[in-house]
Amino acid sequence: MTETMAHLSNNAMYAATIVYTLAMFCHVAEWALARSLPADAVADADAAALAAAAAPASAVAASAVVTSSPAAEAMSTGRPIVPPAAPRTRSAADDVERSDRYGRIGLSLTVLGVLIQAVGVISRGIAAQRVPWGNMYEFAITGSLAVAVAYLFLVRKYHVRWLGLPVTGFLVLVLGIAVIVLYRPISPLVPALHSYWLMIHVSSAAIAGGAFTVGAIASVLYLVRSRLEAKAAANPDLPRRGFLWRAPDAESIDRVAYRVHAFAFPLWTFAVLCGAIWAQYAWGRFWGWDPKEVWAFITWVAYAAYLHARATAGWQGRAAAYVALCGYATFLFNFVGINLFGSGFHTYSGM
Amino acid sequence: MRRQSERPSGVSRPDDFARTADDAYVVGEQQGGGPPDRRPLPPALRPIEFARWIWRQLTSMRTALVLLFLLALASIPGSLIPQTRISPSEVASFKQRHPDLVTLFDRLGLFNVYSSVWFGAIYLLLMISLLGCIVPRARVYARAARARPPKAPRRLDRLGAYETWTTDESASEVATRARGLLKSQRRRVDAYDVDGTQVVAAEKGYLREAGNLVFHLALLVVLVGVAVTGLYGFKGRVAVITGNSFQNALVSYDDFTPGSQFDIANLAPFTLTVDDFHVSWARSGVGRGTPTGFDADLTVTDHPGAQPYNYDLRVNHPLDVDGTSVFLIGHGYAPVVTVKDGDGNVAYSGPVIFLPQNSSFLSFGVIKAPDASPTQLGFQGYFFPTADICTGNVPCSTFPDADNPVLSLIAYSGNLGLDKGAAQSVYVLDTQDMKQIKTADGKPRALILSKGETADLGDGVGSIRFDGYERWAQLQVSRQPGKLVPLVGVLAAIAGLLGSLFVRPRRTWVRSRTDEAGRTVVEVAALDRVSGGDPKAHVAEVVARLRGPTGPDDADPQPRSQPKPEAREDEESST
Ligand code: HEM
Repeated sequence: MTETMAHLSNNAMYAATIVYTLAMFCHVAEWALARSLPADAVADADAAALAAAAAPASAVAASAVVTSSPAAEAMSTGRPIVPPAAPRTRSAADDVERSDRYGRIGLSLTVLGVLIQAVGVISRGIAAQRVPWGNMYEFAITGSLAVAVAYLFLVRKYHVRWLGLPVTGFLVLVLGIAVIVLYRPISPLVPALHSYWLMIHVSSAAIAGGAFTVGAIASVLYLVRSRLEAKAAANPDLPRRGFLWRAPDAESIDRVAYRVHAFAFPLWTFAVLCGAIWAQYAWGRFWGWDPKEVWAFITWVAYAAYLHARATAGWQGRAAAYVALCGYATFLFNFVGINLFGSGFHTYSGM
Repeated sequence: MRRQSERPSGVSRPDDFARTADDAYVVGEQQGGGPPDRRPLPPALRPIEFARWIWRQLTSMRTALVLLFLLALASIPGSLIPQTRISPSEVASFKQRHPDLVTLFDRLGLFNVYSSVWFGAIYLLLMISLLGCIVPRARVYARAARARPPKAPRRLDRLGAYETWTTDESASEVATRARGLLKSQRRRVDAYDVDGTQVVAAEKGYLREAGNLVFHLALLVVLVGVAVTGLYGFKGRVAVITGNSFQNALVSYDDFTPGSQFDIANLAPFTLTVDDFHVSWARSGVGRGTPTGFDADLTVTDHPGAQPYNYDLRVNHPLDVDGTSVFLIGHGYAPVVTVKDGDGNVAYSGPVIFLPQNSSFLSFGVIKAPDASPTQLGFQGYFFPTADICTGNVPCSTFPDADNPVLSLIAYSGNLGLDKGAAQSVYVLDTQDMKQIKTADGKPRALILSKGETADLGDGVGSIRFDGYERWAQLQVSRQPGKLVPLVGVLAAIAGLLGSLFVRPRRTWVRSRTDEAGRTVVEVAALDRVSGGDPKAHVAEVVARLRGPTGPDDADPQPRSQPKPEAREDEESST
């Protein structure tokens, strides 16, 4: 039984990695197809609707047949004929649709990947007969599952499919490293880890971590997009093409980033609190400035600074985003750096 | 107020609440674009004004931000440099490896970062800043909490969420129903009449500001609580060998750290005996050697004369005696030896605590026999629970359990130096005045002993026998009076934070008036201070409820939504 579960888990991890890789390729295609698309290009159906309102159909049909092969193709495939505007728009509309289709496939694959990965994480837990976060490998698979779930949740809530490429890229990277480098067979948990508080502590930290990750990715996109916008503002002739121009504007991205962080911060506070209570039970002190605790605290302070920065004149926007990224760097360092190099009570990385 | 001018429009400002729908109350989080704060130079003025200037600087948002950064930065060295409070032995070995850094680091307090002056200074400044932030905000909030909902802006239709229709119901009827409806939604509602126009103004979400206040106040509670707990409590450690007792008194501790206000007389007078100690390790699989559980069987007497009782002390399962807690935080081996001196008398007999060095419990320790004659005897070396020969032909321990216990010692004879005055650690052998026991060819002689074996030191110096081993339990004893205060503080902080981050203040207006045709024109509009809510849905709901099932009146309920709902009411409330 245990053997089977362990096997199932390992295979599910491989499968999830592959599915995420496919999803990532879809998102790459989504970006690539949008490479030359202007910011406001719309899909076929919408274009047709616009055109119908704009011009008499017959004239349109004639000019389209003569001037553009895509249009001719469209006719032969029985698709609606599209407007006068230009042959360029025609193929652009096509690209919009294709790019969008790849994006949707990427999202579907991500959903599939999450399901498979969830099976993998749960079966690992069943096989080990404990919660699956005994070592770095288990941290990585559980943590990345949290990232993926956070992303899907946000897609539902705020339509953030534009985060698809960086998120799937991150998942492939982390799962790849987990499967190839960090993998350890199942081993028992040391006694200190047998605690309900620990369970609450780690699960809330994992969820907060997933949200911090998505928040950091959104912040990076925000920085890129706002730089683009600044460039475009300085140089009105700059062509506004490509996926990033088609994503929401910098302000909207920033808002999503803020919401994700605003969700993660209280959760992180709670996670640190549960950690302190657990430490009290296990070691007789709430807080001992052990390296892991120090960095959890630094992360907390950094994100508090981010929330403050957003309300401080001269610190909003880009500066605040950089503060958020600093916060994420401290989070990552705690997860990777301290587990690998650190000493102290918390080091059970199993490396 | 200084802070006010620092904050751009669009960000919650305590003062906003007391006012009407002003420019700070916008739809969405238009937070960008605040003018950079141009701080005035300190006026070369009279002391009072200078003090006031300092205070304003200290309690400004920007200073709070800088202090937060500083706090984060200041925490870093303590995680990279060994800390005395966490691991004195690591500090010692660090000092040995970097003798040139010792003075500097000591002076900077880098081995004690979290109790250093500079760390304390940042902490204190932040507390003052926090206090300076809370007090004025609390005043403003107290006023805002009693404030009435703001008057309606003249042009409701410029708000993002807006609908209008006409009906045959009278204006005052509509107003009455609107009032009831908004009240039932637990909004604060005002209704008034301006030149025949019925206005119902409602507001909800006062808890946001309260949440922010609670959060920051709770932080203060946590900080103070932690400090007080530390001042009035203590923490101590002791290693107790199986079969031995521990009496809760200062002399019994290996290590004792009282808070500065702790009174030693307050030590709870309990005694405990470690009757037995169980430990198990995973014996197969990849986790081989991982501990799977350890616990100590205790007999506890709460105070002299009390009825003794048994307690199973485990990790995550501490013992509590009248507010003093005992935790099991580690364990190890204590080899039992019998040392005979040159005269053939037993100079020492019993278990000696050895300290585990790694996960396979290779343990280091020192045995001292000061009563030996003609010369004192001392030993230092290693205990191998499962001795084996590893690669490189070196002895090692391959498993943490005592499957094949072996003691490997180097012996010394001479003066142990116990009479030098300075207290000596039981884990250190002062070999200055001692002679190492050597083999015939002058090499240090390693005594390798299996259970029951005796080694003669030669030259009539004495002998040592390895009788077996006991286990010992590392106990941490602590008292943290008021430890619930910081806990409750953090919980309150989280609650406040949730309110502060997720409560969305919203203002709603319903205006009804009779037009020239004698019908009633109703307008409904709403305004959120923070984004994330859906004021349009709210307006739609209010409209649906007000128009009721009576069916469509004849007007167009067009939600006239503007694409950019910036809609700042510059021409505010002339009503
Ligand atoms: C111990 C240090 C502090 C921490 C950890 C901290 C943390 C936070 C956090 C997490 C928030 C965002 C949540 C919310 O909106 O309530 C916040 C908001 C705020 N803090 Fe602090 N804070 C600290 C000190 C201060 C100080 C000293 C001031 C005074 C200058 C201050 C003024 C504010 C204000 C005005 C807001 C509201 C910002 C807004 O409306 O978006 N804080 N603080």
